[in-house]
Amino acid sequence: MAIDSRVVARVAHLARLQVDDGESEALSERLNDILGMVDQLQQADVGEVEPLAHPLEVSQPLRDDQVDEPDVRDKVLPLAPASEDGCFLVPRVIE
Amino acid sequence: MSSSLFNGWEVVIGLEVHVQLATRSKIFSGASTATGDEPNRHASLIDLGMPGTLPVVNKEAIRNAVRFGLAINAEIGRRSVFERKNYFYPDLPKGYQTTQLAEPIVGAGEVVIRLEDGTEKTVRIHHAHLEEDAGKSLHEDFHGQTGIDLNRAGTPLIEIVSEPDMGNAEEAVAFARQLHAIVTSLGICDGDMSQGNMRFDVNISVRRPGEPLGTRTETKNLNSFRFMEKAIKLEVERQIDVLEDGGKIVQETRLYNGDTNTARSMRTKEDANDYRYFPCPDLLPVLVSEEDIEALRAEMPELPDARKARFMDAYQLSDYDADLLAASIATARYFETAADHGGDAKLAANWVMGDLAAKLNAEDLDIAHCPVPAEHLGQLIQRIKDGTISSKIAKQVFEACWAGDGSPDQIIESRGLKQMSDSGELEKIIDQIIADSPAQVEDYRGADEAKRKKKIGFFVGQVMKATQGKANPQQVNQLLQEKLTP
Repeated sequence: MAIDSRVVARVAHLARLQVDDGESEALSERLNDILGMVDQLQQADVGEVEPLAHPLEVSQPLRDDQVDEPDVRDKVLPLAPASEDGCFLVPRVIE
Repeated sequence: MSSSLFNGWEVVIGLEVHVQLATRSKIFSGASTATGDEPNRHASLIDLGMPGTLPVVNKEAIRNAVRFGLAINAEIGRRSVFERKNYFYPDLPKGYQTTQLAEPIVGAGEVVIRLEDGTEKTVRIHHAHLEEDAGKSLHEDFHGQTGIDLNRAGTPLIEIVSEPDMGNAEEAVAFARQLHAIVTSLGICDGDMSQGNMRFDVNISVRRPGEPLGTRTETKNLNSFRFMEKAIKLEVERQIDVLEDGGKIVQETRLYNGDTNTARSMRTKEDANDYRYFPCPDLLPVLVSEEDIEALRAEMPELPDARKARFMDAYQLSDYDADLLAASIATARYFETAADHGGDAKLAANWVMGDLAAKLNAEDLDIAHCPVPAEHLGQLIQRIKDGTISSKIAKQVFEACWAGDGSPDQIIESRGLKQMSDSGELEKIIDQIIADSPAQVEDYRGADEAKRKKKIGFFVGQVMKATQGKANPQQVNQLLQEKLTP
């Protein structure tokens, strides 16, 4: 799949990144290079190999179901641009 | 696939069900899952998506998901993998939801549903996966802005995805109820739909029989079984109308409003389906061993179907009664306690499904919050059975129990509601009434057998009035018949 500036614009939008037209061309080129490398990887025969979700040969440690996190509201709420009645405030997101 | 046609159209329904797991702490953090507290009191640094934090999986969430898998005879994912589902929304602080996709914890299984006509149907489960809940967006009270409360963010969920095996609203609701019964019996979910403990999204499409599947829509915001039924009927009608008018169904998400019984299309998010899933680098694959699975299997609680069978067998209940009483764990427990204390299962069943259910309904209460303890209903039943009070007085006592006036025995005692067992005293009262009503006595004696049965009502009424309802009606009837027959 070739990446052009339209694809770059779409991916940037999904990631909420601001990319201007000047950058777009250079980014398409670099992304195409990366995909070229992926194409090369895909030629490797992996028929006998299990899919890998994580490079470490260990599994997830689990924790007991205990409440042990402190209430940090009074520390984090002032960090937000706006808050009210204990809630973070954001621009209206409905309708 | 479908069991009935609507005007020549076949309806195809599948459900996605989000079940909040009843753990104490969140799926990836040690913050409390408690509800009803001030906003953001239970939003830890992990839940807030702060840089430098790492999630650690809650063991109990894994165990609960495995319990569900065992209950629906599913293949348990011995190895399951968490992935990131990427999208931006203010109540999702990390910018992705941690969920499962390719390797879920619960594989394919099945749920048997029972329909009103007594037939059974199997609904296949495609899979169920673990994920985290989002926070809440509050649109009221913030003068044009949106308030974000992240207390719910990170609450463990299993999302159960059914195959499109249901053909009408009744089947979908039966399936939803059965799932509710299963997860509450397992104790893995509180099951309070009004609190969003279980949330149902319904995928609906229609087609002419034999044709490929039609375009489907998804209806959300169904927080009761009744609304689910109405919303499905509404959407099926809408789709058939559109198609019969030559239109096309647009794949969209629709939001149901139970107050108005209407639904509207939610604006489709641009590129909404491009979630760019990838395995979460912060979490390792979760392994569940054979020993873990067998240990959970060994301690599985009784499931609704087994409970129903036991109720029919041990308490001699009818299929219908057993079905109703076994469906929810809270109702089942209440009934069993009342039946065991009262010594009469049929009476207990009638009370639980009758007066108690009516009262709970009227006050919109869950049986778990019933003001009359099951032991007290049992005591009431015992007093009916041993003749201390009549069924009529029992209703009065029940009302007093409901109002918090004490146990049935206390109420019967303090209000002097004991049935008159002294036949001598009763006879005196009856003799007096007969003496005071010569015209009615004449009338009675002159009537034939059939009419007498009606006319005796006058005397029964007088006796009940004189004894303030405390006489045993059978005894009164018997004594009156003896005394009135010349």
